[in-house]
Amino acid sequence: MSGNMRPTPSACPACAAAPSAERLAEEAAAHVSAQIALSLPTIHCSACISKVEKALNAHPGVKSARVNLTLKRASIEAESDITAADMKTLVEALGYEAHELDPGTLNATANDRAGRELLMRLAVAGFASMNVMLLSVSVWSGAAEATRDLFHWLSAAIALPTIAFSGQPFFRNAWAALSNRQLNMDVPITLAIVLAVVTSLWETALSGAHAYFDAALALTFFLLAGRYLDHRTRAIARSAAEELTALEVPRAIRLRDGEEETVNISELAVGDLVLVRPGGRMPVDGEIVAGTSEIDRSLLTGETLPVFAGEGQGVSAGEVNLTGPLTIRASAVGADTSLHRMADLVAIAESGRSRYTSLADKAAKLYAPGVHILSALAFVGWYLYTFDVRTALNIAAAVLIITCPCALGLAVPAVTTAASGRLFRRGMLIKHETALERLAEVDTVVFDKTGTLTAGTPELTNMAELPRRDIELALALAEGSSHPLAQAITRAARDAGFAPARVSDVTERPGFGTSAMHAGQEVRLGRASWTGADGLAETATFLSRGGGDAPRAFIFADRLREGAAEAVESLKEAGKTVYLMSGDTTPAVEALAARLGIERWMAEALPADKAERIQALTAGGAKVLMVGDGLNDTAALAAAHVSISPASALDAARVASDIVLLGSDLSPIAAACDTARSATRRIRENFNIATVYNVVAVPLAIAGFATPLIAALAMSASSITVSLNALRLR
Amino acid sequence: MTILAYLIPISLFMGGLGLAFFVYTVRSNQYDDPEGDSRRILSDEYDDHPKP
Repeated sequence: MSGNMRPTPSACPACAAAPSAERLAEEAAAHVSAQIALSLPTIHCSACISKVEKALNAHPGVKSARVNLTLKRASIEAESDITAADMKTLVEALGYEAHELDPGTLNATANDRAGRELLMRLAVAGFASMNVMLLSVSVWSGAAEATRDLFHWLSAAIALPTIAFSGQPFFRNAWAALSNRQLNMDVPITLAIVLAVVTSLWETALSGAHAYFDAALALTFFLLAGRYLDHRTRAIARSAAEELTALEVPRAIRLRDGEEETVNISELAVGDLVLVRPGGRMPVDGEIVAGTSEIDRSLLTGETLPVFAGEGQGVSAGEVNLTGPLTIRASAVGADTSLHRMADLVAIAESGRSRYTSLADKAAKLYAPGVHILSALAFVGWYLYTFDVRTALNIAAAVLIITCPCALGLAVPAVTTAASGRLFRRGMLIKHETALERLAEVDTVVFDKTGTLTAGTPELTNMAELPRRDIELALALAEGSSHPLAQAITRAARDAGFAPARVSDVTERPGFGTSAMHAGQEVRLGRASWTGADGLAETATFLSRGGGDAPRAFIFADRLREGAAEAVESLKEAGKTVYLMSGDTTPAVEALAARLGIERWMAEALPADKAERIQALTAGGAKVLMVGDGLNDTAALAAAHVSISPASALDAARVASDIVLLGSDLSPIAAACDTARSATRRIRENFNIATVYNVVAVPLAIAGFATPLIAALAMSASSITVSLNALRLR
Repeated sequence: MTILAYLIPISLFMGGLGLAFFVYTVRSNQYDDPEGDSRRILSDEYDDHPKP
């Protein structure tokens, strides 16, 4: 909007010839204004819109702010000194959840040009088919002679340009298929449309009684409607998937001559010093040059236990820094990081989805040759019978029009649109077009542990066995730390109503733990080696109380993700075999399997082991659904028949999977299997409806009894039945 | 039947007008936020004057 108000810098007419001034000015304008995008997942009403917009617009420096409720997003144009973090706190102060989005990633989908083009073609086809239908109705109700010819010519005048414009997607696809010497659904469609128009023109020129202009247009309209539905479902999935990617703003802090500067990850080079704060993800592969901390490698390896990190140790991109700030010298950046290389391997690997032929493709394979043969036979038969090219061609065209896959074209998109919309509202994003059909066939479910069945946040398990004094002491030490284990102790102790013991001089040593003075003695809470304890197999932290007492162990288990128990239970109830495969240690995996009642489990699995096991299951005839989130799962996700990953998963895992769980709840998985099965059933029913209609109408057409009226009735009736059947999906 | 000479051009013209308006609405991004627009109509604030 503000672009229109900007005064033109080139005021004199001669300057118009040199547009560089304007371009320079535009570049300058781009410099002073920043585009900020925020994701607002909780907005839902008109009050929310005006509240957020008013607050944002009132902020000095904001030029314009607009909320899009459909995408649940706010786009802000502001002065360059306004940062996304400012806007985020502003919106959060109003009580709405806000996340920063990377505008660079979003811009790719901002203009859905293909969708708009399809919508335009659909509108033109709809407009023309209604007008032509109006003229056709007068012909069917008795217009004769000159009037009929006039109406036919008018229809032709509307139909020809419309088909030339609206039919382009079909013509293009058909041409692409033919030039590869293949047949697809668009070849018979194109042939039917072209033949219908040509024979109708011929008939009109000879003032014949039957013209199929309305049929050709209705055909185009219904088929475009199917294409548009299909495109929309996919566009929504794509934009939601890209929003997930955009949530991770690719920024890093580079140290140059001791100064911190925030840069895009793409600008980092080998040898740069990068600062990673606690809670941040490693942007590059490299070596730690300063600082000690603990790092969480669960997304890469599946192990829950944080690993000690000190100077000289190597780190990989994707690991999360937990306690202390680390300075890293980059040894591999961007596409050379081990994270990227592994993700690329997955992309190359043959995946379950490429082996799968969709129901629509199967139908097309049967259908396309069948239709051509049938109509060619009708032409030859009638030519030999009457020796009249005009009659034979008319009947061949009628056969093509009547068999044309209006209903087939709508059968799949109408159902997948309804099913995807339903699942999206439950928090599942269907990314791949055949994912639903594959999900319907699943009989075996493989879960990853860390980050999938568990939330990745630890929970204190042995509090009942600990003496009160120790808990109070541990609480006092833990409260000052942001380490996940310390926070788990704080949460558990506070919930149980404990008060912290009195301590002084609390200091945290990143990578080791927290120490303090209590009753004249040093007390420590932290790693086994630092507190003088022997390490345990489980996740644990230790409290040493000074004096001669042995250190006390605080043992943790990973907290179950919401809905995990329900999901496993209902999948088992539905008769599916459930497996648990994890890269974590045997005791941790065994404990979780027992807790959820999963009999088949596998621990300390390397990424290749998981993929191999899934391939073995597949070879044994099982249709495997893999649910996983880490880099160590990506190969397995790609190898499985169909795969699901939670939104918290690593980007590479989300790319490899067919379905993304948007919420933190796992329970929709079982329901999704049911929805997928009933969707597939509806698709099959729709194919049957289309077939039945062909069985009734084709003999009429071949016998030469088909009129444009019958064609129009049959076509509309079958398309509407198919759409209504899709809506029955529960 | 001479009435057709008026009626047909009129109906085509009016249909074409509708189509032209539709093209205009697509071009001016009016289908980008259908859900938000259906709510905005309930708000009594006007936002047709962008911030200067």
